[in-house]
Amino acid sequence: MSDQFPVEAGHIMLFARSIGDKNQVYYDSNYALTTEAQGIIAPPTFVAASAQFDEGYSLRPKIGEPWFGSGKTPTGIEKQEGGSGGLHAEQHYEYHRHLRPGDILHSVVKEGEKWERESKRAGKLKFSETITEYYDQNDELVITARSVGVVTERPIDQ
Amino acid sequence: MTLKASDISEGQEFSEVVAENLTRTQIVQYAGSSGDYNPIHTDEVYTKEIAGYPSVFAHGMLSMGATGVAITNLVGDGRLTKYGVRFVNQVWPGDTLTTTLSVESIREDGGQFYVDLIVSTSNQDGREVVRGSATAKIDP
Repeated sequence: MSDQFPVEAGHIMLFARSIGDKNQVYYDSNYALTTEAQGIIAPPTFVAASAQFDEGYSLRPKIGEPWFGSGKTPTGIEKQEGGSGGLHAEQHYEYHRHLRPGDILHSVVKEGEKWERESKRAGKLKFSETITEYYDQNDELVITARSVGVVTERPIDQ
Repeated sequence: MTLKASDISEGQEFSEVVAENLTRTQIVQYAGSSGDYNPIHTDEVYTKEIAGYPSVFAHGMLSMGATGVAITNLVGDGRLTKYGVRFVNQVWPGDTLTTTLSVESIREDGGQFYVDLIVSTSNQDGREVVRGSATAKIDP
């Protein structure tokens, strides 16, 4: 994400609902003022939603372009190599402070290590690591994220 | 609510059900809020016929987010300094997820107390889906 990610209260509310979190510190600004957080904050995994503001993000339909999900046919495009595509293997966050509505984040993305491993359940696994540093409107580092993605040779046996 | 070092001990465990009979609709909600619209999470036709899985399954980040509910409910708001997980098994519609947090250590650094937690979330069959750790600032 090189674009700006504006942290908004409505988005925090939707995100908190979607993870099943009813803590009112994510919903009610009057209540949140009475808490130690002294206002609405974002849940710890909220920066995952930076995908919404990533112009080139491949897992969001682009207006006017074919989409690989189903329509008239099971997929809108030719099947991609890797079958299931990429899956998320690991996610790690380090919090320098917690996000609040009004923050405007930008990020610096660094490619990390790449490695491969054989697995019984999914064949060859290709892992790749990405480090994302999220900075606020004052250029202060707020969250450091380390993500590991994996592309499987075939769908994981169940 | 804030966790106090004096109220907990190493080895102590806390458990919370963080998803009960997980619905496809909640997975759709997560797709919408996070912006991850990968059809393997919401599009049963694509997932069965193209991706080759028996049904849609939850985003790893949904299971991490739900697991995080148990953590913030224990340690308090804005207290986390680190939180990381591995996604060790997929989470499917209908799953009921229970998070167990084990106190690994309680320590003091520069006058600030911290708790290190071992984080594990399992489904209704006892199969672990998320495994990781978390660190939070706590009161003395």
